[in-house]
Amino acid sequence: MKSFNYHSASTVAEATGLASKASAYLSGGMTMIPSMKMRLASYKDVIDVKKIKQLHGIKVSSKSVTIGAATKHAEVAQSKEIKKAIPALCTLAGKIGDAQVRNCGTLGGSIANNDPTACYPSACLALNAIIHTSERKIEAAKFFTGMFETALKKGELIVAVEFSIPEKSYYVKFPNPASRYAMVGVFVAKHKAGVQVAVTGAKAGIYREKAIEQALDKNFSEKALDNIIIDSSDLNSDIHASADYRASLIISSAKQAVAHCK
Amino acid sequence: MRSVTLEVNGKKVTKTIEDHLLLSSFIREQLNLTGTHVGCDTSQCGACVVHVDGKSVKSCALLAADINGSAVTTIEGLSTNGTLHPMQAAFKKHHGLQCGFCTPGMIMSSVDLLNNNKNPSDAEIREWLEGNICRCTGYQNIVAAVKEAAQNL
Repeated sequence: MKSFNYHSASTVAEATGLASKASAYLSGGMTMIPSMKMRLASYKDVIDVKKIKQLHGIKVSSKSVTIGAATKHAEVAQSKEIKKAIPALCTLAGKIGDAQVRNCGTLGGSIANNDPTACYPSACLALNAIIHTSERKIEAAKFFTGMFETALKKGELIVAVEFSIPEKSYYVKFPNPASRYAMVGVFVAKHKAGVQVAVTGAKAGIYREKAIEQALDKNFSEKALDNIIIDSSDLNSDIHASADYRASLIISSAKQAVAHCK
Repeated sequence: MRSVTLEVNGKKVTKTIEDHLLLSSFIREQLNLTGTHVGCDTSQCGACVVHVDGKSVKSCALLAADINGSAVTTIEGLSTNGTLHPMQAAFKKHHGLQCGFCTPGMIMSSVDLLNNNKNPSDAEIREWLEGNICRCTGYQNIVAAVKEAAQNL
């Protein structure tokens, strides 16, 4: 790892004040530190944001669940308040990486990184999340702009993520057995206004699978997906799974998610 | 360079370190506590698992500077006055190791499991140990050891 200057910020203003073209924010570090070790990334300044109080805390209202960006996956997985409002979020957080990764990795870090196989972006998209940053509020649909790319500007810091509470939802992940990233992950959310289905791991970035949404809008059941065919022409194909296999996994995962929706 | 103060296995240590020093390197090279192993060095194998403020973490993916002020427990901190911790004793009894390289991490993860779940099922043990890779044993005896330790703790 190349050397850098480590800073620990205690407020959002302090963190953004330290930011520059050659800096990065450090939260759980579960992707960032391995990336720096492999010299895929290097920074002059690393600004630790975990100790900023504003980035912690869970707020549940009648319509939404707002989670501080530095909240760890293990905290979300075990949160009784979140479990009452959106149990699928706890399920999702409890399946990320392994126990030790969940003890460090954070919600804000995950979505800022926007790994195309990460779990949280699917929840953001299916639950119409609003990303609260140091500067503005961004809708999830406009936040994830491409592979490892987001709408965040240099120095903009995620403060919290606000998820809308659906009628019911569930997340099913088919993990790569070695990395435990999603080969395919499907988040199904049934809102009053309609069904939203977000798929991770299958394409270059998170996306909504409209064919499944339309079928479930008409009939919210596993059977409704029996004859759906997913176009596999732009799905990922690699040593772990062919595009056709991923297309099949999307349907079977969506069916399981519908069956477990609560 | 910066000064960090940690409580490691109950003893306060203060060292001057480089900002980018990994916790695993700090433990092994600065404190000479070589029970914590570095296997893959890519945060997948779990040989480097230690506890920070009571929770199991992969020390090869954390900065020492990042946990300034925290309490760290390594494999060396589990036994008391030469008596093995019940988890260590159970691994020994059930032969939950062959070459032993993954064992410190396995044991530190397993102790954290029992802190969270006093009576885990076989499936829960296997799921919890997903982040610890053993290339010798096939895990059967590791699971047996964790089950017995759960009864003795």
